[in-house]
Amino acid sequence: MADTIADTRRLFSKPQNLNDAYGPPSNFLEIDVSNPETVGVGRTRFTTYDIRLKTNLPIFKLKESRVRRRYSDFQWLRGELERDSKVVVPPLPGKALFRQLPFRGDDGIFDDSFIEERRAGLEQFLNKVAGHPLAQNERCLHMFLQDESVDKTYTPSKIRQA
Amino acid sequence: MSFFSFGQSAQIDIVLNDAETRKKAEHKTEDGKVDQYFLFYDGDTVSGKVNITLKNPAKRLEHQGIRIEFIGKIELYYDRGNNYEFVSLVKDLAQPGELTQSRTFDFEFTNVEKPYEAYTGQNVKLRYFLRVTVSRRLNDISKEMDIVVHTLSMYPELNSSIKMEVGIEDCLHIEFEYNKSKYHLKDVIVGKIYFLLVRIKIRHMEINIIKREMTGTGTNVYHENDTIAKYEIMDGAPVRGESIPIRLFLAGYEITPTMRGINKKYSVRYYLNLVLIDEEERRYFKQQEITLWRRGDVVRKSMSHQAAIASQRFESSSSDEKALAHAQAKEQ
Repeated sequence: MADTIADTRRLFSKPQNLNDAYGPPSNFLEIDVSNPETVGVGRTRFTTYDIRLKTNLPIFKLKESRVRRRYSDFQWLRGELERDSKVVVPPLPGKALFRQLPFRGDDGIFDDSFIEERRAGLEQFLNKVAGHPLAQNERCLHMFLQDESVDKTYTPSKIRQA
Repeated sequence: MSFFSFGQSAQIDIVLNDAETRKKAEHKTEDGKVDQYFLFYDGDTVSGKVNITLKNPAKRLEHQGIRIEFIGKIELYYDRGNNYEFVSLVKDLAQPGELTQSRTFDFEFTNVEKPYEAYTGQNVKLRYFLRVTVSRRLNDISKEMDIVVHTLSMYPELNSSIKMEVGIEDCLHIEFEYNKSKYHLKDVIVGKIYFLLVRIKIRHMEINIIKREMTGTGTNVYHENDTIAKYEIMDGAPVRGESIPIRLFLAGYEITPTMRGINKKYSVRYYLNLVLIDEEERRYFKQQEITLWRRGDVVRKSMSHQAAIASQRFESSSSDEKALAHAQAKEQ
């Protein structure tokens, strides 16, 4: 007798535009760290990585970019962000000082498995950082990701919409 | 508490006149236990009988007077020394003398003012209780009986919806809407979140109910935040133009009415916290205060239950109108 009907009230909302529903999302951002290459000879050797970026976010000047960076460039970026932005910057994969000591059984910091571990950590770091709305306002991030080379004598500044 | 084991002692029982008919309500004690207490409202008369049973029927009980008090008081946990009694009524049951046998006394506190709702919180407690005291030279015998008081409100005349556009510039813009600003304790929060701009990768969205208890004034101010409810309303990444509905039933949660500046000692307020979490565990949130109030048990004589719900629907489509017409036809 007392049939209860479910209370399924909803507020009225406009139907979604089909372009919005099925078009590419506005939050597309992909960063890959790959292709490690060791350059130089003897004690001045170092490893660089490919940083490839694809995005449709308007804050990035280039929708596709490719640059090469080394570990110390990442350290520089992290330092700049910690100082200038209010972001809690995630940690980088380790400095591996131990691996830089002589008389090791393996290749030290040029060991394949170590480089792979570091590559994965750097990729994770960049994706975390580049997706942060506050970090995206920093000039240093854009310079790191899209400029040919990192100019450590730059003037730190904030970016507005490109 | 009687520290002397010799001599006479007595057991005190307080029995309300309407103990059979009066409703009971659940209330949490300071240590978290939930118990049932008699429920009173503002203006209700508190009347009953006090039974004093002599523990040793052969001996007399000498006393300096027997009285019963009705007390409403606020206890601040960090300041128990001070007494904040906002209601204090006394009735003398017996002049100083002696009891030769067990006796029963009648009492009545007529139309007692009970201006605030009984509340047990994290730093403060407001309680109402009857206390019978048998005064003696060395140590009194006393018995307390707590009651629960609820404060009722009428349906608010003005109950506008809450609708706001918020966001982070160029990153995330949403418009949120809740159907009311004042909800009763068994109400439903009906709302929606409309996405205007989504440039971050959202993983899911939830709505929380936060209770904030503020006690004390001046230098001794304590804030206690408690998340009463967490309710996921969206799983996955939304895009521009999407509308996510909210339907949150309040009846299942431990909530009290909103209390503001109770006797200038404490406040209990409630907030809806909308939280969006992105792929990197970053949280974006917007808090909005809502007012909770206690509705009296209303018996609807004019509307059937179905028609009552149907009449509250916001979304009107032709199928809904047919359902409403059908329900009304059935009622006739």
